[in-house]
Amino acid sequence: MYRYDEFDHSFVQARVAQFRDQVDRRLAGEITEDQFRPLRLMNGVYLQLHAYMLRVAVPYGTLSSKQMRMLAHIARTYDKGYGHFTTRQNIQYNWPALSDIPAILADLASVEMHAIQTSGNCIRNVTADHFAGAAADEVADPRPYAEILRQWSSVHPEFSYLPRKFKIAVTGAERDRAAIQTHDIGLHLKKNENGELGFAVWVGGGQGRTPILAKKIRDFLPEEHLLSYATAIVRVYNLHGRRDNKYKARIKILVHETGTEEFARQVEAEWAALKDGALTLPEADIRAIESYFVPPALAARPEGDAAVKLARLDSRSFGEWLDQNVVTHKHPDYAAVTISLKGIGEVPGDATDSQMDAVADLAERYAFDEIRVSHEQNLILPHVARADLKAVYDRLVEIGFATANSNLITDIIACPGLDYCALANARSISVAQDISRRFASLDRQKDIGELKLKISGCINACGHHHVGHIGILGVEKKGAELYQVTLGGSGDENASIGEIIGRGFGPDEITDAIEKIVDTYLAHRSGPSEKFLDAYRRLGPAPFKEALYASEAKAA
Amino acid sequence: MKVLTANRLIDGEAVWFGSDQRWHETIDYAEVARDKAADERLERLGKEAFARNEVVDVDLIDVELLGGEIRPLRLRERIRAAGPTNRTDLGKQARPRPADEGFAAGI
Repeated sequence: MYRYDEFDHSFVQARVAQFRDQVDRRLAGEITEDQFRPLRLMNGVYLQLHAYMLRVAVPYGTLSSKQMRMLAHIARTYDKGYGHFTTRQNIQYNWPALSDIPAILADLASVEMHAIQTSGNCIRNVTADHFAGAAADEVADPRPYAEILRQWSSVHPEFSYLPRKFKIAVTGAERDRAAIQTHDIGLHLKKNENGELGFAVWVGGGQGRTPILAKKIRDFLPEEHLLSYATAIVRVYNLHGRRDNKYKARIKILVHETGTEEFARQVEAEWAALKDGALTLPEADIRAIESYFVPPALAARPEGDAAVKLARLDSRSFGEWLDQNVVTHKHPDYAAVTISLKGIGEVPGDATDSQMDAVADLAERYAFDEIRVSHEQNLILPHVARADLKAVYDRLVEIGFATANSNLITDIIACPGLDYCALANARSISVAQDISRRFASLDRQKDIGELKLKISGCINACGHHHVGHIGILGVEKKGAELYQVTLGGSGDENASIGEIIGRGFGPDEITDAIEKIVDTYLAHRSGPSEKFLDAYRRLGPAPFKEALYASEAKAA
Repeated sequence: MKVLTANRLIDGEAVWFGSDQRWHETIDYAEVARDKAADERLERLGKEAFARNEVVDVDLIDVELLGGEIRPLRLRERIRAAGPTNRTDLGKQARPRPADEGFAAGI
C-alpha cells in the first residue's frame, strides 16, 4: 500500500488545521455561509436533509485494517454507528456535527486519510478495479498510476476550479471492472506489441442527466506520458468547457459538441507543447510508486484445494458463497473474496462500526491487511488463501456479510436517495430493499444469473442507473415518487446506456414491474447460459414492453 | 399554509421555527403561517436568523394540518421531519412524541 511521505503528512495535517480554523471562524460568525460553503465542500462536507454529510476519500478503494478500524471509530464516536460505502469507492457519514468535523479529519489524518477533493469542481477520487493486484486477468496493477494521478491532481493549482467535477478511472484488465467508459477520463492500462506499458485513453464519458459513453482518443499512450497527456486533456477542457450552464459543463458535453476528432486534435496540439517536458514521468519514479503496491509475499498453501473440497461437502451454503463471491486469483492457492454489503433487505453499501471492525480483523488475520471498496458498494479481501476461505466465510456469516449474491439481482447499487440526500427526488433505498426481499431466494437468483440492477433517486445518477442491465430512476411527479425503468445498460468493456422502456411506476408498482421484466427474460432466453443483458440485446425492448404495458393498451 | 425550516449551523440538525420565536428540533411546534403577511414575516425572520449565523438552508415550506398535526405537503419535507424511512430508529421519528416532551426542545 502507498505510505505517506513526510510531505504528504505535513500537507494533510496543515489542511486539517486550516479547516479547523475555518470552522471556528464560521461558528464565531466571522465568515458567512456563502464564504464558507466552498471551503467546506473542498473538505468533503455537504449539508443533506437531516444533517451534514462527510465524504471521506478512499484512494482507488484501497484500505488497510488500521484505516478500516478508524472508519469504524468515526462511525461510533461521531456518527450514529454506521457508514455508507459509495459508488466512488468512498465512505460517507450521514450525521456528523460540523463542530466535530475538524476532530474527525484529525483522526483520519492519523491513518493517512482525508476528505480533500471529495466534492467541488476538481479532480475527484481516482477509482480503479477493485481486484487490482489480485485479478488473474490483469496486465499490471492499475493503482500505481491512480496514485500518480492522485498526487498530480491533489490541490492542482490549475485544476482546482474546473467548469465542473472531473472523474478518472483506471483498469488494468481487458475486462473492465472500473466502468472507465462512464468517466471523464477512462484509462485502460495495457501492453503494446513490444511489451511496454501504456494506456488506451477514453474521454468524455459520464452519466447524470445526459448519459454519454466515453470516446477513445488514443489507443496507446506510453506510461511515461500519463501526466502530460492528462494535463493536455484537462487543459483543453478547462479552457473550452462551458461555465455558463451547470448542466452542460461536464467534459462529455464539450467532447460531444466539439466532435471527438476535433477534440482529440486539440488535445494532441496541447500535448505537443507539453510532451517530453517536466511532466514526463521518470522510469525510476514510476517503479518507486509501483513498489508500494507490490502484492504481499504469498506463500504456497497447496492444502487449500482439499480443504475447500471438504468444506464444500460439509456446507451447501459455503459452496454457494464460493461459487458466487469468490474469484480466481493470480496465485493458484489464493482467491479474492467479495464481502457482500447487500444482505437481503439491507441498505446497499451500509456497514456498522462493529461490522467494519470485524472486516478489519479478518483482513489482518487472513488477507495481508488489505481491503478494497468496490464501486458496486461491496468490500473485497483481495488476497485470501483458499485454505482460509472457510474460516473467513464463517466469520462473515456471524456479522451478516456472507450473502452469496455477488453479481446477482440482489447485489443492487443504490444511492442514498430521498431518505438522506438533499438533491434526490425519490427514495432509492426502500426500492432496493423491496426488490431484494422479492428476490430473496438464492436458487431463484442463481437461475436468473448475472443481473446488475442499479437505482438512482434523481437524474444525477449516483446510483449508476444508466448502466444497469436494469436501471431504475426515481423522479417526482405531481408530488409523488415515480420510477422510470431503463433496460440494456452496461458499465463494462461493452458499455451501453440503458433505454427507457415506457411510462414509470409508482412505489407500490415498481417491484412487480421488475419481476415482470425478469420473468419475461426467463421466458424468452435461449437457455440458462444466455444472460439477461445478452437476451435484451438480442430481443430488444418489444417483449418487455408487451409484458409491462400490453394489458393497459388493450384496456384503452 | 407554510412553516419556516432550516438546518442548525453548528450540527446540521433540521429545525423549525416556533411561535415562541425559537428554533425547535421537531416540526410539531412550528408556527403555521396562514396568509401572505405571515409568510413574509416568517421569511424575514428566517433571513435574520441566517444572517445571525444560527441556521443555514432556510426555507418556507408548504404544510397542511391533519388532525391538528402539521404535515408537510412534499415527501422530501415529510422525510426531513421524520428521518430516513428505512431507519425508523433514527431521526426525529425515534424521539418521544411531543406530548411526552413538552415545549422545552427549542434552541
